[in-house]
Amino acid sequence: MNMEGAPKSRRGAIRIEAATKVYGDSKSGVMAVDRCSFEVPAGEITMVVGPSGCGKTTLLNAIAGFHSLTSGSIYLDDELLCGTSKPQSVPGPDRVVVFQNGALFPWKTNIENVAFGPVMQGRMSAREAREKARVMMDESGLIGVHDNYPGEISSGMRRRVEIVRALINEPKVLLLDEPYRALDSLTKSVMHEALLQTCYRSHVTVFFITHDLEEAIFLGDQIVIMTSRPCKPKKLLKIDLPHPRDYNILTSKRFRELMDETMDAVNEEAIKAFELGEREG
Amino acid sequence: MRIPTPRALTRGIISIAIFLICWELGARSGQLFGVKVPVISAVPAPSAVLAAWKALLGNHGYWQSWYLSTLRVLGGFGAAMLVGIPFGLLLALNRFVYQIAFPTFEVLRPIPPLAWVPAAILFWPTQELSIGFITFLGAFYTIVINVVGGARDLDSRYIQSAYAMGASRSDVFFRIILPATLPSIIVGASVGMGITWEVVVAAEMISGGGSSLGGAGMSGGTGGGLGFFIWNSYTGGSYEQIIVGMISIGIAGYISSSLIRLLGQLLTPWLKSR
Repeated sequence: MNMEGAPKSRRGAIRIEAATKVYGDSKSGVMAVDRCSFEVPAGEITMVVGPSGCGKTTLLNAIAGFHSLTSGSIYLDDELLCGTSKPQSVPGPDRVVVFQNGALFPWKTNIENVAFGPVMQGRMSAREAREKARVMMDESGLIGVHDNYPGEISSGMRRRVEIVRALINEPKVLLLDEPYRALDSLTKSVMHEALLQTCYRSHVTVFFITHDLEEAIFLGDQIVIMTSRPCKPKKLLKIDLPHPRDYNILTSKRFRELMDETMDAVNEEAIKAFELGEREG
Repeated sequence: MRIPTPRALTRGIISIAIFLICWELGARSGQLFGVKVPVISAVPAPSAVLAAWKALLGNHGYWQSWYLSTLRVLGGFGAAMLVGIPFGLLLALNRFVYQIAFPTFEVLRPIPPLAWVPAAILFWPTQELSIGFITFLGAFYTIVINVVGGARDLDSRYIQSAYAMGASRSDVFFRIILPATLPSIIVGASVGMGITWEVVVAAEMISGGGSSLGGAGMSGGTGGGLGFFIWNSYTGGSYEQIIVGMISIGIAGYISSSLIRLLGQLLTPWLKSR
């Protein structure tokens, strides 16, 4: 496939149509997602912002193939991922997930973790995968930690290893579920810049769940603000800040304007969720 | 194991020395003071125990007791691992098997292995198999419970990530579930090993330890394992040998538990960093 000339819209574009998820039976069940529809453009970073417990993780799990949908459909590059005829999609390396608390395998070294995907898919031999892992880890600034165990490095580095582990599979979509939630804000800003660098290099489509509005505006090409449970898009905004971005943009006039436009919507839903007593997913 | 500081070491040595001295004085109180201290004066003195032990070191029968008990422990423990680990994994991973087998397992588990002794003697054709069965039970329950706990506590996100990255079901079992459960298996094995020694000793005492490998015919009857050795020393009136037997078992248990712990550390290098 010729990536140079091919239109970007064909690689990793997600279309969510009236997705609904009810846990339990229809009478007494809990509705997590309510007729949610929006589009995730290929090659761009879409930030999904909403209060804790609103159902955004359920949506991500449906795209990834970990949960089924009760109704509605999700398409990846115009192909059906899951829908009425097929309520649950199959997990696969075209849609890799990076979780909130990190899911690096503690019993493997960092480089073994990164090399895991290609070996499992039979795309590369163990040695080739290791070599590619080494190159990609060095590119991302993860030098010297190849043979350490995840438990021996800082959580910031662990998160970066996990992202490399996801990207080595050349996925169409990178699904991130509040990956930086547990990091302190200094580490977070380093992570943000590193993530942007990675995205500039790989053009992967990103679906990033967060509750942090600043993070969302800084990273995103598009923000989808979700209502509290059951979630559906409340407000959709294109972020027209120029790329490449660095932390100086946080104090720019345009950044503050965007915060202004979005803060009220986010706050409203946050208060609703608080009153409902939502727990984090 | 961390090396104790010099101060801790000194205090430890002093406390053991004081213990031994009190024991020696108490045991010989009749001779030394003319007044017998209650309880302790009936116990053989450490010096007498040491003398008896020296005499036993050259006795073939004594070492054969060691050999027989160790054989039983290895047999029972080994069987418990071979059966318990797969059984535990099956229970944890297959809901159907769990719902069928676990209730029965849980009903039987509260029965102490030693309570099985008469039943075991009835059911099993040979005495050796009876003892083996009881030592098996001791370790089996512990290993299964630990394996089930470890496998169920597995963070489902490891499995989800593995599937997302293209792993097959057998990949997930061998590369995710097994390594993740390994720490629990090792805990089960360590505890199970201790229980096995307890049970072997008691089983030997109760069932008479009579295997066809006979004793050396010495007074105090050796052969039939360390538990039998203790019991025989009691009935034969060699009270110092009782204490020798007790300490021998303690040493044997300690060595086997340490070996398991060491093996565990070798198999789980990633836990060092926690």
